[in-house]
Amino acid sequence: MLTLTLILFPIIAGLLTLASKGENAKTIASAAAFIELALGAYTYFSFVPDASTQFGLSYDWIHAAGVKFSIGIDGISLILVCLTTLMVPFIIVSTFNSNYTNANNLYALILFMQAALVGVFTAKDGFLFYFFFEAALIPVYFIAAIWGGENKIKVTLKFFIFTMFGSLFMLLALVYLYMKTPGEIHTSDITALYEVGQNLNPSQQGYIFWAFFIAFAIKMPLFPFHTWQPDTYVEAPAPATMLLSGIMLKMGTYGLIRILLPIVPAGVQAWGLTAIILSVIGIVYGSIIAIQQKDMKRLIAYSSFAHVGLMSAGIFSRTLDGLQGSLIQMLAHGINVIGLFFIVEIIQQRTKSRELARLGGITQTTPNLTVYFIIIMLGSVALPLTNGFVGEFLLLKGVYEYNVWIGAVAGITIILGAVYMLRLVQKSMFGITSRITEGFQDLTFSEKAVLFPIAFLVIALGIAPNAFLHITEPAVSQLLTIITK
Amino acid sequence: MSLVTLIPLFPLIGFLINGIGFRHVPKSLVGIIGSAAALASFACALSLFIGFSGQPEVTHLFDWITVGKLNISMSFQIDQLSLLMLLIITGVGSLIHIYSVGYMHHDEGFGKFFAFLNLFLFFMLLLVLGSNFVVMFIGWEGVGLCSYLLIGFWNKNSNYGNAARKAFIMNRIGDLGFLLGIFLIINHFGSVEFADVFGKIAEGDYESGDKTLLYITLLLFVGAMGKSAQIPLYTWLPDAMAGPTPVSALIHAATMVTAGIYMIIRANIMYSLSPETLEIVGWVGAATAVLAASIGLFQNDIKKVLAYSTVSQLGYMFMGLGVMAYSSSFFHVMTHAFFKALLFLGAGSVIHAMSDEQDIRFMGGLRKKLPVTFITFLIATIAISGIPPFAGFFSKDEILAHVYEHNKLMWVVALAGSVMTSFYMFRLLFLTFFGEFRGTHEQEHHLHESPITMTLPLMLLAVLSAIGGFFNLPHIFNGHASLAEFMSPLFAHTHSTAHEADASTEIMLMVISVAAALIAAAFAYFLYIIKKSVPAADGQESGLKKVIYNKYYVDELYDKIFVTPITVLSNFFHSVIEFLVIDLIVEGIGKGVKILSGEARLLQNGTTGYYIFAMVISIAVILAWSLRAFLF
Amino acid sequence: MQQMQQIPDVIKLIPLNFYVLFSSALFCIGIVGVLTRRNAIIIFMSVELMLNAVNLLLAAFSSYRADPSGQIFVFFIMAVAAAEVAVGLAIIVMIYRNIQTIDVGILNKLKW
Repeated sequence: MLTLTLILFPIIAGLLTLASKGENAKTIASAAAFIELALGAYTYFSFVPDASTQFGLSYDWIHAAGVKFSIGIDGISLILVCLTTLMVPFIIVSTFNSNYTNANNLYALILFMQAALVGVFTAKDGFLFYFFFEAALIPVYFIAAIWGGENKIKVTLKFFIFTMFGSLFMLLALVYLYMKTPGEIHTSDITALYEVGQNLNPSQQGYIFWAFFIAFAIKMPLFPFHTWQPDTYVEAPAPATMLLSGIMLKMGTYGLIRILLPIVPAGVQAWGLTAIILSVIGIVYGSIIAIQQKDMKRLIAYSSFAHVGLMSAGIFSRTLDGLQGSLIQMLAHGINVIGLFFIVEIIQQRTKSRELARLGGITQTTPNLTVYFIIIMLGSVALPLTNGFVGEFLLLKGVYEYNVWIGAVAGITIILGAVYMLRLVQKSMFGITSRITEGFQDLTFSEKAVLFPIAFLVIALGIAPNAFLHITEPAVSQLLTIITK
Repeated sequence: MSLVTLIPLFPLIGFLINGIGFRHVPKSLVGIIGSAAALASFACALSLFIGFSGQPEVTHLFDWITVGKLNISMSFQIDQLSLLMLLIITGVGSLIHIYSVGYMHHDEGFGKFFAFLNLFLFFMLLLVLGSNFVVMFIGWEGVGLCSYLLIGFWNKNSNYGNAARKAFIMNRIGDLGFLLGIFLIINHFGSVEFADVFGKIAEGDYESGDKTLLYITLLLFVGAMGKSAQIPLYTWLPDAMAGPTPVSALIHAATMVTAGIYMIIRANIMYSLSPETLEIVGWVGAATAVLAASIGLFQNDIKKVLAYSTVSQLGYMFMGLGVMAYSSSFFHVMTHAFFKALLFLGAGSVIHAMSDEQDIRFMGGLRKKLPVTFITFLIATIAISGIPPFAGFFSKDEILAHVYEHNKLMWVVALAGSVMTSFYMFRLLFLTFFGEFRGTHEQEHHLHESPITMTLPLMLLAVLSAIGGFFNLPHIFNGHASLAEFMSPLFAHTHSTAHEADASTEIMLMVISVAAALIAAAFAYFLYIIKKSVPAADGQESGLKKVIYNKYYVDELYDKIFVTPITVLSNFFHSVIEFLVIDLIVEGIGKGVKILSGEARLLQNGTTGYYIFAMVISIAVILAWSLRAFLF
Repeated sequence: MQQMQQIPDVIKLIPLNFYVLFSSALFCIGIVGVLTRRNAIIIFMSVELMLNAVNLLLAAFSSYRADPSGQIFVFFIMAVAAAEVAVGLAIIVMIYRNIQTIDVGILNKLKW
C-alpha cells in the first residue's frame, strides 16, 4: 500500500496543483513534495535491510494478457525512491525565484514526473516498467518544450525521438520474452521474464542484450548515443534539466541493474566488455570535451555524461563493489548535479549569462554561494569525505577488479574531473568582476533552503555512506548470485 | 573521548567556528581560536608522546565504507612514526599559526585564512593518524584541497588561481597512482589496515622482489611523487608560492610535502622487499635534488629560491629512503621542518617589511633594520647548508653516509646538490641582508622589524634549527642516535641491507661535505659581498644560464606535451566528433526520413483519377497474385 | 406465380460462362469509364455500370446454385446504390454551385 501511495499521491497532488492558481500552486506543490519526502523517509526507516521485496502489491491490470500492476520495493529500488522523493522538493523550491508563466502547470508536470519515476523504480512487471519508463518522458517533454530556451522545439524533438527510438528496442525485447513465457495466457512478471531470458541460448541473449542496452544506453546516455544530452540540458529550463540529469538518467542505470543483468547473464558475459569499453570511452571523451566548454550548463552536461559512463562501467564489471558503487553514486550524482545546475540557474538569473568568459569575481560579494559551490564541486570531483568519493572509489575498484588496465584508464576521470570542475569554479567565481557580475546579490532565503540541504547531504553521505550501502547490499548480493551462477 | 580523537578534533572545531562565523567572529578572536586549536592539538600530542607505551595503539571510531568482506573503518593509529609526525605538525603548525596572526593581520580574509589553516591541520593529522591506507588517502586529498584553497587565497589574481589549479591537478595525478595502489592492496590482501597488510608481509611469505609488492610500491610512489614534488611532478611546488608566506612555510615546506616520505616510511616493509622500486626512488630523489638545486642557483624571487630548495631537500629525503636509511630520512624531515619553516617565515618577515616586494635584486642591507630576522635567517642558512653543529649537518650527513655506502655515483650527485644548496642559500642571504639597499625610497622608509607575534616563532624555530641535530646525535660523536633508537620498532620486520659506514669513512665524508659547503659559501661571499655583483635583470641571461633561469623550460615542455594536446583534442572532439560524426549520423537518419517522406508525399497528388487508377492496378495485382496457381 | 418460378430456369437458358464474360466486359467498361472520363456525372454512371455488372453476376450464380442469398444481396446493393446516388448527386450539385464545373481534374485540393 505504501508503494502505491508513493505513486498515487503525487498524481493527486499534481491534479490539485493543476486546478489551483498562482501562489496556491506553489504552496500545494511544495507541500505535496515534502509530504512525499516524509513518505520516502518513512519507507526508508521501515524497510528491513534484507534481499526481499517489501511493501509489495499486485492487481490484475490487463487480465487477458496476463499483465499485472505489481509493485514493490527492494534495496535497489529503495535507494532510487529515496533519491526521487528527496530531490523533487528541492527542485520545486528551486523554481520559486523564477517567474514561469502558468507555473501551476509546471508544478503539476513535475509531480506527475515524480509519480512516473517512482513507478519505474518500483515496478515488478515488465510491461508496467515499460509503461512508467515511457510515461516519465511525457511530463519532461512538455516542461522542456513549453518553458525551454530558443531552440526548444528542435532540441526536445531530438531528445524525444532519440529516447523513443531506444525504447522501441526495449519493447521488442520485452514482447519477445513475454511470448516465450509458459502458459496459455502469458505473463510479463519480472521474475518470469528473468527465467525466460536466462534460459535462452547465448546468441539469442546477445540480441536481447543489445535491444535492452540501446534503450538504456540512450537514456543514460552512453557514448555514442549521447548527443541529445548536452543540447537538451542547455535548452531545457532549470527544473527539467535537474529532473533529467538528477533523476531521469538513473532510469537507464537502474534498468541495467534491474532488467539487463538478470535477464541476459550470458549476453552480458559475451558483450559486457564491449559495454565497458564504450562506457570508459565515454568517461574520457566526455571529460576531455568538458575541459574546453564555454557554457556552464554544457560543461556540467558533459561532466554528467562522464560520470554516468563510470556508473555503467561499474555495473558491467558485475562485481559487488562495482554495483554497490554505482548505486551509491546514482544517489550522490543526483544530489551533486542538481546542486550544480541550481547554482548555474542562480548565476544565470542574476547575470543573464552562462558564458564562463563573461563571468568571474562573483565570490567577492557572495561568500555563501562560494561555499556551497565549492562543497558541491568537491562532491563532484570525488574528494574523500564527500559523497562522490565513496561511489567513485567503489566503482573504480570494481572496474579495476574486472580489468586492471580499463580500471586505470577509467581512473583518469579523477584527474580530468578536477581539471574541468576547478576551471568551472575558477572562471565563474574567482578573478576580477566583469561588467555583468558587479554587485552580484548573495543567496536569498529560498536559495539557501535548497543549497544548504544539498551541501549537507554531500558531506553527510560522504561520512556515513553505510546508511545506504547496508540497505542495498543484500539485494545486490542476491542479484550477483543469480547472474553469476 | 580519547586523546587521539581530540587531536584532529580541535582544528576541525577551529575550522568550523572561523569558517561558519567568517565576518562575524571578531578579528582579535579569530587568531586566538585558530592558534588555540593548534596548540591544544600540540598539547594532546605531547601528552600522548610522553605516555606512549611503545606498542602501536589503534582507536576505532566507526565503520566508514563496508562492502562485502571489505570494511574500511575510520580509525586512528598511534605509534612511533605517527607520534613524531604529530609533534612536528602540531608544533611547527602552532608556531606558524601564531606567526600568521601578525603576518595576515591586515588581510580582509583573516578569518577565512585561519579557517583554512585549521582545516589543513585537520586533514594533515588525519593523514598521519589513519590506521589504514584509505584514511591516509582522505588526509592525502584533503591537504591537497587546503593547499589549493590557500594557494589561491587571493583569488582576484587569476595567476594565483592557475597556480592553485596546477597544484591540485598535479597532486591528483599522484593521487590516482596512490588510489590504484590501494586497489591492488585490497585485491591482494583483502584489507587496507596497516596492521593486517604489514602483518601478512611480516609473516615472511614474500620474497624480495615480489611482483605484487613491486607494483604496489611503484603505484604508491607515484602518489608520493605528486605530493612531495619529485620529478616529474615537481613543477607545482614553485608555483605554489603564490599563496601567503605562512602557507608556504606550513604546507609547502614543513608538513604536507613530507607526506610522501611519511607514506614510504609507513610502508617500509613493502619497499624493503622491492629493491627495484627503491632504486627508482633513490635515483628520482637524486635527480630531483640536483635539478632543483641547480634551478635555485639563479632564481631572484626570495620565495622561489626557497621553493626550489624545498624540492631539492625533499629529493635528499627520497634518496635516503632509496638506500633504506629510513630513520635518517625522517630525521631530515624533522630538521628540514625546523629550518625551512624558519626560512620561509623569515622570508615572510622580509616581504612584510619590504611592502610585498619579493625580488632579492631590490633588497640588500636589511640586517640593520631587521636584526631578529637576520640572525634567525642566518642560523637557518647555516643549518640547511650542512655546516656543523646546526641541525641540517647531522641529518644530511647521515643520508650522505648511507648513500655513499650504497652507491658512490649517487653520492657524488648528492654532494654536487649540497654544494649548490650552500651556494644559493648564501647568495640569498648576502643579497638580502648585506650590501646596500637597492629598493625604492618609499620601501626604505617603511622598513621595520616585525611584531612580536612574528619574531617569537622565528626565535623558537631558530633554537630548534640550531639544536635539532642533537636529537639524533650519531655514535661517533658519543651520541645515542636516540631518534633512530626510538623509531627502530617500525623497522623490526624490515630486512635491511643498509649497513653502517665505519667511523673513519663517516668522518671523511663529513669533512668532504662540510668543506664543499664552506667553499661554496665562500664563493658566494666573494661574488656578492666582495664583488658586489647583482643578478642581471630579466631577459639578460644567456646560454646555459638562461636555460636554468627559465627552469629548463620544463613548464613549457609540459604545456606542449600535455596541456596543448588535451586542449586541441577537446576542441577536436567537440567540434568534429560531436557535430560532424555522431550528430551527422543521428541527424542524417532524421534527414533521411524527411527526404523519404518528401518524396513519398508526391504520390498524394490529389487527382481522383490517379487514385482510382492506382487502386485498380493494385487490385489487379493482388488478384493476379492470389490466382497465380490458376493463371500460371 | 408460375412465371416467377420460371425465372431461374429462364436464366439458366444461357450458359454461365456467357454471364461471366458479359459481366466482366461491363465491369471493364465501367472501370475504363471511371479512369478516363473527367466529368463527375459520367464517372458516376460508370460506377453504376460496375455495380450492375456485379448484380448481374450475383443473380446468375444464385440461380445456377439454387441459392437465393445471392439475389438478396442484389436487392441490398440496389438499395445502397440508390442511397449513394442520392447523396452523390447532391454533392456534385453542391460542387457545381461552388466552382461552376464538375470536372474532377480540377478538384485536387487534397493533395500533399
